[in-house]
Amino acid sequence: MQRYIVMRAGQSIIALIILSMIIFALGRFTGDPIILLLPQEASQETEDAIRAHYGLDQPWPVQYWKFISNAARFEFGVSIKSKRPVMDLIGPKVMNSLRLGLAGMAITLIIGIPLGVLAAVKRDTFFDGGAKLIAILGQSLPQFWVGIMLIQFFTVQLDLLPAAGTGGFTHYIMPAFTLGWWVAAAVMRLLRSSMLDALDGEYIKMARIKGLPEYKIVWKHTFKNALIPVLTFAGTYLATFITGAILVETVFAWPGLGRLVYDSIIWRDFPVLQTLVMMIAAVVITVNLAVDIAYAYIDPRIRYN
Amino acid sequence: MATTSTALAGRPAFRQRGRQAAEALKRAPLIPLAIIVIVVFTATFAPLLTPHSTTQPSLADRLTPPVWQEGGVWEHPLGTDALGRDLATRLMYGGRVSMLVAVFTLAIGGGIGTAIGLVSGYFGGRVDAICMRSADSTLAFPIILFAILLVVAVGPNLANVVVAIALVLWARYARVIRGEVLALKERDFIARARVAGCSHLRILLFHLFPNTVNTLLVLLTLQVGWVIIVEASLSFLGAGIPPPTPAWGSMVSDGREYVDTAWWVSAIPGLAIMLTVVAFNLFGDWLRDTLDPKLRQVS
Repeated sequence: MQRYIVMRAGQSIIALIILSMIIFALGRFTGDPIILLLPQEASQETEDAIRAHYGLDQPWPVQYWKFISNAARFEFGVSIKSKRPVMDLIGPKVMNSLRLGLAGMAITLIIGIPLGVLAAVKRDTFFDGGAKLIAILGQSLPQFWVGIMLIQFFTVQLDLLPAAGTGGFTHYIMPAFTLGWWVAAAVMRLLRSSMLDALDGEYIKMARIKGLPEYKIVWKHTFKNALIPVLTFAGTYLATFITGAILVETVFAWPGLGRLVYDSIIWRDFPVLQTLVMMIAAVVITVNLAVDIAYAYIDPRIRYN
Repeated sequence: MATTSTALAGRPAFRQRGRQAAEALKRAPLIPLAIIVIVVFTATFAPLLTPHSTTQPSLADRLTPPVWQEGGVWEHPLGTDALGRDLATRLMYGGRVSMLVAVFTLAIGGGIGTAIGLVSGYFGGRVDAICMRSADSTLAFPIILFAILLVVAVGPNLANVVVAIALVLWARYARVIRGEVLALKERDFIARARVAGCSHLRILLFHLFPNTVNTLLVLLTLQVGWVIIVEASLSFLGAGIPPPTPAWGSMVSDGREYVDTAWWVSAIPGLAIMLTVVAFNLFGDWLRDTLDPKLRQVS
């Protein structure tokens, strides 16, 4: 087990290093940063001086090392648009995104799990058909468009829900639903098929012969086992959530990190964007590491593979 | 006598196969197929199908509603946007962008992914471990962020969007094709090919690859929808094909300011995305059930 954890953690660190190199290399593509800092009529001497001041005259490996050590101290430079340190922009938005993300995940669980179980238990009935329709739409509807259509209906036509920003409970309804639905469709499909597999198991037949009540068979014996394949995809779902959050926060003008990604695209604000990508990547990689370790803990076959 | 009997014996088998194909075709999803044909046709022949320009503003016609609504005119059957540009025209040209991106990303990402999957499954060992670890990391990463980063750093254009999406797409092909190869390489015909002295390259290209083509076709079809959505998301966020070239995602974005006065500007391109993606997904499902039912778990 220890060996597995060390190996897996090592892989995560390598992934982070590769990613930081890619980000650093892309940063060089955005053009010579000195051009942004200098007035047009600056002389060659001033340019050289400023270049030396920012360490831009150093060879690339040295610059990369500086980039990394700054990143480790959460110093990511200054935003091109607002001229403020990047961390000052990001800090206040973290909680907003976290709140919306949790609300979205709650929606995913509330929709995805009961429907997935229902679709498997009542196979080939009206419920199964309905669940299938939701799954197809979930895969095919662009999230940003769903958000706009919800605004169209619930804000413009019915005047029921606020279209933008944060505030009370009502502000969460549309963004959280738009965010959660996509993953809910995926969870539902996977849960349905793994429930069907599990329901075929010998131990389920045994439980039936024992005369256990149906709800116990479904929830205690089948559901628990069917949940494992769904959990394996936790990392993929998190990635989908983050992608979704960028789109949803943009549509609903939610003051979170996703919206900040959008703003930094519009302003071509590379320092902000690289910081966001780096931070989100670190979170994603850590969560995946945690999921894998937890999974190896539950299922010994993984450790020894 | 002998010859006629073999001829007769051969015929029913042949006929049966023909009948099977006809049966499968009969069950082909006609509406999705029709939608795909329409999208591909209008995207290909857009310049011949419409008299309007995609970029030329015509402020006198701005925000004309679709023809079935009051104030709509037949000249602009689906209405116009805030600059008075014909929506139907922009939709057709936007379809071009979607189809082009889909074709190129699937060719590049699918090609690279297939190659990696073949090599990874065939050689196994450390090569396999590294390839699959990279594929898993790619799949668990919110790739749109990476695409955005690339596009912001290097500048938005068709090539960069294609590269960004392909960089993510390869992973799924690599995984599925590798799984396929793992099963295939244990089969007798591969062992015999090796005994016959075939090189690794020859076995990969002429013995393993042809046996993965069904899987590949299904996967390619099922991924068209995903690529269309990612491309639309990128252009919605302003990190896709830059305006004024019409793309479905940026068209939806253009309409955001007018949700309360002109619903069609956002709604219609979104509907186009949805219908196209549903059509490709249903067609892909059918193809999978027809060619390779055991693939059910894959997508």
